[in-house]
Amino acid sequence: MPKLLTGAEIVFKCLEDQKVEHIFGYPGGAVLPIYDELKNHPSIKHILVRHEQGAGHAAEGYARSSGKPGVVLVTSGPGATNVVTALTDAYMDSVPLVCISGQVPTHLIGTDAFQECDTTGITRPCTKHNWLVKDINDLSKVIHEAFRVATTGRPGPVLIDIPKDIQFAKTKYKKLNKEIKLNGKSHNKFSQNQIDELVKLLSKAKKPIIYSGGGVINSGPKASNALREFVELTGFPITSTLQGLGAYPGDDNQFLGMLGMHGTYEANNAMHDCDLLINIGARFDDRITGKIDEFSPNSKKVHIDIDPSSINKIIKVDLAIVGDVSSVMSKINKTITKRKNGHSKSNKSNIAKWWEQIEKWREKNSLNFINSDESIKPQHAVQRLYELTKNKDTYVTTEVGQHQMWAAQHYKFNKPNRWMTSGGLGTMGYGLPAAVGVQIAHPDKLVIDIAGEASVLMTMQEMSTAVQYNLPIKIFILNNQYMGMVRQWQELLHEKNYSESYSEALPDFMKMADAYGCKGIKADNPRDLDDKIQEMIDYNGPVIFDCHVDPNENCFPMIPSGKPHNQMILGPNDQEENKIKGKGKALV
Amino acid sequence: MPKSKSAYSIPTKKQKPDTYIFVVWVDNESGVLARVVGLFSGRGYNIESLAVAEVDAIKNISRITIVTTGTPQVIDQIRLQLTKLVPVHKVAEFKREDKSVIFKEMALFKIVGKKTKIEKCLNACKKFNPIILDETKTSAVIQITALRREIDVMNKKLKPLGLISTSRTGAVAMTRGAKIFN
Repeated sequence: MPKLLTGAEIVFKCLEDQKVEHIFGYPGGAVLPIYDELKNHPSIKHILVRHEQGAGHAAEGYARSSGKPGVVLVTSGPGATNVVTALTDAYMDSVPLVCISGQVPTHLIGTDAFQECDTTGITRPCTKHNWLVKDINDLSKVIHEAFRVATTGRPGPVLIDIPKDIQFAKTKYKKLNKEIKLNGKSHNKFSQNQIDELVKLLSKAKKPIIYSGGGVINSGPKASNALREFVELTGFPITSTLQGLGAYPGDDNQFLGMLGMHGTYEANNAMHDCDLLINIGARFDDRITGKIDEFSPNSKKVHIDIDPSSINKIIKVDLAIVGDVSSVMSKINKTITKRKNGHSKSNKSNIAKWWEQIEKWREKNSLNFINSDESIKPQHAVQRLYELTKNKDTYVTTEVGQHQMWAAQHYKFNKPNRWMTSGGLGTMGYGLPAAVGVQIAHPDKLVIDIAGEASVLMTMQEMSTAVQYNLPIKIFILNNQYMGMVRQWQELLHEKNYSESYSEALPDFMKMADAYGCKGIKADNPRDLDDKIQEMIDYNGPVIFDCHVDPNENCFPMIPSGKPHNQMILGPNDQEENKIKGKGKALV
Repeated sequence: MPKSKSAYSIPTKKQKPDTYIFVVWVDNESGVLARVVGLFSGRGYNIESLAVAEVDAIKNISRITIVTTGTPQVIDQIRLQLTKLVPVHKVAEFKREDKSVIFKEMALFKIVGKKTKIEKCLNACKKFNPIILDETKTSAVIQITALRREIDVMNKKLKPLGLISTSRTGAVAMTRGAKIFN
C-alpha cells in the first residue's frame, strides 16, 4: 500500500514537483500545519514578510523578473484579505501568482468562526480562478491545475483555499498529470493566412508604427528577440507601453520612447498620424489611448494578443491575431525573410518620409526639463541614477506616481524583465516589496526601487524583511514632500486646491534606516548627487536613499484627460517658447 | 461638451443596445454561478433573466441561459469574457429576434376568486398552453409557457380577475431543426 500523506505534505510535494524554490508568506492559525511541514523540505525557502500585501508584491517582483510563477502562503481571514491588493495588482498586470491560503476547518465554514472570511468569494473577481478544497483527494489535482491556470495563456493570479482539517487529513499523492485539459481554451489560434495578410499590410505601409506591451515580456526572452528582429527587418519605428519597457532597447534609434499619457511627443504623434498600427501584446489601456473617438483615426490596426477578450474591447481593429507573441512574431519574421529572399525589394524606402517627420517631432525634445544647480530636479536624479547604473545589469522597481513616470521616461531599459512597476492597478507601495522579490530571484544583481516618499511609507515595514535576509535592495526615494501626481492633478483640474496631498509629518528617513538596521543616505544638493548615488551602489546591503528634490516639479509631457494624442501639453521649456511666461503652470 | 474633471475621459458615442440570449455550458461545481453572475455585475453588464440547471448528470454539466442587453461590442466582450472562465465549456449567443431559436419562459399564476373568474383567466391564457396545477372552490394555480413580454401582458390582464401571486422563471432556449448550438 502506498504511503499516505497529509494535506500539508501534499502541498509541499506539489510545490517540489512544480520546482518552486521560494515562497513568500506569513504564518497564522489556519496554516500552521503547512508551516509545520516546512522544515522537512530544504529545497523550498520561505521568505517571511511583515505584511501579507508585501508577500504578494514580493511574489510579483519575483515572477516578473524571473518568468517563474510567484508563490504566496497566507493564513485565513486577515491574511487572505491583506493579500487581495496584490492579487488584484497581479490580475491587472498579468503576473502569474499562486496564492495558498489557510481556511477554518470545513465544519466551521459559514459559522463566522475566528479568522474566517469568504476567501474564495472575496478573491473571485481578482483571480483567474480560485478553489476551495473541501476533499483531501482533490488537493494535489487542484494545486497542479492552479499552476497551469496561472502560467498558461494570459498569465495571472490564482488562489487555493485549504481548510485546516484538510491540511491534517491523509491520502495518497497523485503525481502531476501531464495531460492538458484546455476546456476549449486554446491560446495559439492564428493561421498563416493572417500572417500573410499582416505582411501584405507591412509592405504597403507608408507611416507605420509598432506599439508593444507587457505581453512581449510575459511571452519570455524569445519574444523580445523576435520583436527586435522584426523591428530590424521592417525598419519601422517602435513605441512601448509602461509594462513593455525593456522588450526593445530603450537607447536604440528606432525606439520612440514610451507612449500614452506621459509618453513622448514623437511616440504619441506617430500613433495619431500613422497609417498602420501594430499592437503587439498590449491592450489599448485608457492611459494609452486618450480620447477613444480620435485615437489614431487614419490607421489600419493590427492586434496581436494571447487573450481573445482583449481584441476589440476598446479599439476596433482590422486584423486580429490571437496567439503567443513569441510564436506569432517568429512566424512573421520567417514569412518576411522568405519574401525578401524572393524579391530584394524592401519597404524601408517607403517610410523614409515618415522617419523625417518623426525626427521633426523628436526635435521638440519633449522629455526636457529646466535643470537647476541649487535643487535636485527629480528627472535629473533619475538620469544620474541611470548613467551610474547602466553598465550593471540593474533591476528597477517603482512605486506609483510622478517618480514612476520619471523613471519610465528617463531610465532606459535594454533587456526584458528588468522593469517591475504597477501599471494597471497603480498600487502605491508596490515597489519596495517587489524589490525584495526581485532580489530573492537575482541575489547578485543590483536592485533599485525608485520610490516616492508617500508611496514607500505604505509598505515600509518590508525593510525588515530585506534586513533579515541580507537583501541589498536600494530604496531611492524622490522625496518632494507631496503625493506628487495627486498634487499635479489638483493643479490641473481643481484650481490648485491641494486637498490633503501634502506629506505632513514625514519621518526622518535617515533615522528610519538606522532603526531598521540598514544604511541611510541623504542628498539635497545636485553637486553631491553623483557621489552619493555611487556610495549607495557600492554599499553591500540595503540602503534607504532620501533624495530631496524640487517639490514643485510636474511630470511632462502629458495628454490631458479626454484629449487625443496630438494635443499634448509639453514641459516648461516649450511653454516659455510659446510666451506663456510665468503662468505656465496655471495654463496646463 | 462637459469638461472632464477627472483622470479619466468622459464617455462619447453611444450605440443602441439590443437584447441577446446567452447559453453557457459550465461544470456543475460550487461557486460556478457566482463566477458567471459576478462577471456580469463586475463588468457592468445587465441580466434581465437567468435560468440554470444541471443538464448532464454524468458529465456534471449545467446549462445557464441569460437574457441580457448590450451593444454588439459589449455582447462580444461578454462572450469572450465568459469563455475565459475556467469552468465554462461552451458559450452560444443569439439575438432575441433570431427566428431559428425558440425561447420560452414559464409562469405560475395564483388566482383567488369564484369559478367564473377562474374560467375567465383560463380563457385569457388559452394561447399559452394553460395547465391547472391546483384547484379549490375559491382558487387555482395556472401554469403557462410563453415569451417574456407575453407573460408581462398576462400578468397585467389577470390582476383584475383575481391574480394574487405570480412566480416566473428565466428564459430557456433551444435551436429549431436538427441543429444544436456550437
